[in-house]
Amino acid sequence: MSSEPKVDLEMAKAHGLSDEEYSRICELLGRDPSFTELGITSSLWSEHCSYKSSKIYLEEFPTQGEHVLHGPGENAGVVDIGNGWVAVFKMESHNHPSFIEPYQGAATGVGGILRDVFTMGARPIACMDSLRFGEVSAPRMKHLIAGVVRGIGDYGNCVGIPTVGGETGFHRGYNGNILVNAFALGLARRERIFTSRASGLGNPLLYVGSRTGRDGIHGATMASESFGEDSEAKRPTVQVGDPFTEKTLIEACLNIMRTDAVVAIQDMGAAGLTSTSFEMAGKGDMGIRLDLDKVPLREPGLSAYEIMLSESQERMLILAKQGRQDEVAAVFHRWGLEVAEIGEVTGDGIARIYHHGEEKAAMPIGPLSSNAPIYRRPVAVPKDLAQRQQAPEVPDADDLAGSLKRLLDTPEMGSKSWIWHQYDHSVRTNTMVGPGGDAAVLLLKGTPAGLGLVSDVNPVYCGLDPYTGGAQAVAEAVRNLACVGAEPVGLTDCLNFGNPERPEISWQFRECVRGMSEACRSLEVPVISGNVSFYNETGDQSIPPTPTVAMVGLIPDVANVARSHFVAEGDRVVLLGNTHADFGGSAYLRLLYDIEQGRPPSVELSREVQLAELLRYLTFEGWLHTAHDLSEGGLGIALAESCFTAASKGPTLGVGVEVDMPPTWLFSESQGRAIIAVPPEHLDSVLSEAETMNVPAVEIGGVGGQELVVRCDGSVLRAPVDELHRIWATALPRALDL
Amino acid sequence: MRCGVVVFPGSNCDHDVYHILKHVLGQEVTFLWHGEDSLRGSELVVLPGGFSYGDYLRAGAMAALSPIMAAVRRHAEAGGLVLGICNGFQMLLESGLLPGAMRRNRNLLFECRDVFLRVERDDLPFTRGYRKGQVLRMPIAHAEGNYIHHADQLESLEEAGRVVFRYVSPEGEVAAEDAAPNELGELWNVNGSINAIAGICNEEGNIMGMMPHPERCAEEILGNVDGLALFSSAVGALEVTA
Amino acid sequence: MANKKTKGTGPITARITVYPRPEILDPQGKAIASALTRLGFDGVEDVRAGKSFEIQLRAAATQDVEEVVRRMCKDLLVNSVVEDYSVELLDGEAKP
Repeated sequence: MSSEPKVDLEMAKAHGLSDEEYSRICELLGRDPSFTELGITSSLWSEHCSYKSSKIYLEEFPTQGEHVLHGPGENAGVVDIGNGWVAVFKMESHNHPSFIEPYQGAATGVGGILRDVFTMGARPIACMDSLRFGEVSAPRMKHLIAGVVRGIGDYGNCVGIPTVGGETGFHRGYNGNILVNAFALGLARRERIFTSRASGLGNPLLYVGSRTGRDGIHGATMASESFGEDSEAKRPTVQVGDPFTEKTLIEACLNIMRTDAVVAIQDMGAAGLTSTSFEMAGKGDMGIRLDLDKVPLREPGLSAYEIMLSESQERMLILAKQGRQDEVAAVFHRWGLEVAEIGEVTGDGIARIYHHGEEKAAMPIGPLSSNAPIYRRPVAVPKDLAQRQQAPEVPDADDLAGSLKRLLDTPEMGSKSWIWHQYDHSVRTNTMVGPGGDAAVLLLKGTPAGLGLVSDVNPVYCGLDPYTGGAQAVAEAVRNLACVGAEPVGLTDCLNFGNPERPEISWQFRECVRGMSEACRSLEVPVISGNVSFYNETGDQSIPPTPTVAMVGLIPDVANVARSHFVAEGDRVVLLGNTHADFGGSAYLRLLYDIEQGRPPSVELSREVQLAELLRYLTFEGWLHTAHDLSEGGLGIALAESCFTAASKGPTLGVGVEVDMPPTWLFSESQGRAIIAVPPEHLDSVLSEAETMNVPAVEIGGVGGQELVVRCDGSVLRAPVDELHRIWATALPRALDL
Repeated sequence: MRCGVVVFPGSNCDHDVYHILKHVLGQEVTFLWHGEDSLRGSELVVLPGGFSYGDYLRAGAMAALSPIMAAVRRHAEAGGLVLGICNGFQMLLESGLLPGAMRRNRNLLFECRDVFLRVERDDLPFTRGYRKGQVLRMPIAHAEGNYIHHADQLESLEEAGRVVFRYVSPEGEVAAEDAAPNELGELWNVNGSINAIAGICNEEGNIMGMMPHPERCAEEILGNVDGLALFSSAVGALEVTA
Repeated sequence: MANKKTKGTGPITARITVYPRPEILDPQGKAIASALTRLGFDGVEDVRAGKSFEIQLRAAATQDVEEVVRRMCKDLLVNSVVEDYSVELLDGEAKP
């Protein structure tokens, strides 16, 4: 190992290892690690790969359920959706790369999550993206928004996977650290699921896909100048995505997985070949031998360290059955992809890595992962929390129509169609309800059933009360799914937080996870996969806690799915759930008065359960034309949105309602509510069913006319739908100066 | 009677077209691999949407040089039916089977949305199920669909009546390539195509290319069946000649 | 490197510049022109956005390199309906 720089504590620290972690690896090896071994250890023990600060909390999540086949721990979770089919899904963050280079950062985020899904043997059929940007006026923000959206679009559009939903929010807390959380879902036959578990002594490891370059080598490659003539080349470079190669990889991998020539398969994601090979071998209690001279390189001269840590995109490691290499190679060659045999599975539990005739690493795989550090970081309630939770003064909405228009005129509340028109959302012809509704609805061709997909989180709520915010994200996702008649089968999450070494951040994390866990248990939604992204901060400014939830539900019969907008004149409008004065963290206070204060609306889980059951039942009976959940902006915004989606595709449909509440409460964000529009002949059945299921239900008006009219306590909100629609539809492009 | 759907490594609408022909219209369909040089007896050949070989140079440019395209050319020259959708249309242009070229969309963005099309020809094998002047709603999904041709050739294209579909307003008014957006910021001619051209055919009418995706609106459950008549017309035309 | 060369053995770099034909509206160029004007660069009258290729090749002594390169353009690199191009041949391998 003579050609490599000498490793010492200082270098280990520059790699992000603590004193204690460094002595742990020395002890484990019985010697100082080599330079390559240090790189490997620092990657495997990094927060990203080891979950060392989050693990103890993540164990609280319920991960079992009647549909769950594989929970967390695989590349993606797997749930049974009936008829012999399984859904495979996961969400992952690509926040830091997207802030540095938005186009490639977001594109490679999509590429990575797709690989997690097809690695399991599932054909990806849908993507969603949850995006958090800063204020559009913040430095670089317009560039970041345009770049991220284009990156997601160009990648997903090219591979031909529709982006069917997601969410986009704007908050100054993300001015210095945007969030890009990418979700993908695939379908597979139940018996054809693949895992990454190695087995079979002597089975060959095949490298397929793009060549290896210096992309994204561990940012902490630190004092790089000190160990190379060519320090320029050692700087971590932006990972560049190649969606065309990804598309061919998908086809070739799914093709070869239909044979029995493959034992295991794993994509090379974070920490590249290192985590891929160590995980594969580790899961099967095997060892590996890798010959790095065989790895296809994009440029000459990469060291063992660089090859092991490169995060070049669109690469997979395949463990083939001995003697079946040619069969595997033939399939990949047909798709124009390179294949190289780079090593084999061994029986001694040790990873031996050779380069230029030298052994660069010899590390016991099991102990390396079982000895990975786990931390219970100190927690502390933020000092300013009590003050921020004080009940805010709520200014009265004297001009109801004016307040509504001002809310609709913000990027936060305005239509996001400028974004999702850049995503192919209809390819594969399964998209029955695409972006812009409460939840996306995908057909499962050949069956009457469908899938509902949604992603939710309210970072303002989470900042004011992480426990409630965590629970609310889960509850809102369940409610959104219920609006399309879907019963949840599982959720995946992206937990985006600041630096966990700061006690307030660890507290936020713990509380969010606690709130999510409790909601998951009450609403019976298992967590089947997910990802944690810490260190989302610039200077000492941390992002708002953002535990993004993406949930998938099963719809027994898509024929009866309600829309999120009004469809028929004369339908009766019913408000479900109770309204209180809930303004803590509301859009009304934040967007109109710049007040971010108070306790977020409480989440009554038993009420959410009842509401979701009712909505699913009413959908199943075919009694609903429209169902739309009440969230940010409350009843006022929900009524307006229900008038919109139809407007560009047909005649304008207004609504007239009368509610018994103080006018300002139109913008209250009490949870557990939805509006539904019901054909008059079903109204009685709907109301009596609601009573039976103990859900407060009040008929508040009817669909029709060209205006939105709301009467409450003597005040009237009256505005032409076309005008409101124009404001809402153009708010985001106008804010972006387009 | 057989239909063939050509598959390039980056095709991604191949299965959608296959689904409509096979499962909705009950036809015999086969996939044709880009490296083959035979259409294996296909009478209707569809070049589907997607990104053929990644489209890193120009959309459809490399696909136009593939072995299968030589077979498609022979088939077309013998009067066989060839339908190019989206990327398939781009290939037909790049291979010279249809005239003109594509530029990036007017706003430089990929656009996936419903557009309105006016049927200009109802006497083609692909359009007999429509009537002239009918307004259809169909999705587009492309970044390079801004059709252009030289003024004189454009004129002869128009004179020969070879424009099959035009981008129009929901009321059927032709949308000029440089029209200002409406108050909602919408353009009816989203990509800025000259003369609002969305689809054209060859002199004989057996080769047609179009940017919108009829295969994405051919099933009731998706809320729009405006594209179905295109496929059923083509299939019907084969049965007549068979 | 740098001398124009059309025939002979040894490494040659062909530098091909492809640009939209002048009579064709170039949406990308137009967008860049207005962005430059917005940034305060006065007097920007027109921008044409094209692309360039550098092709390293080793030609046989008998080959007319320029002719070969022009054929490359015609067969693949350029769509003559909307694009025009120019070819420059340089001795040796181009340095970035």
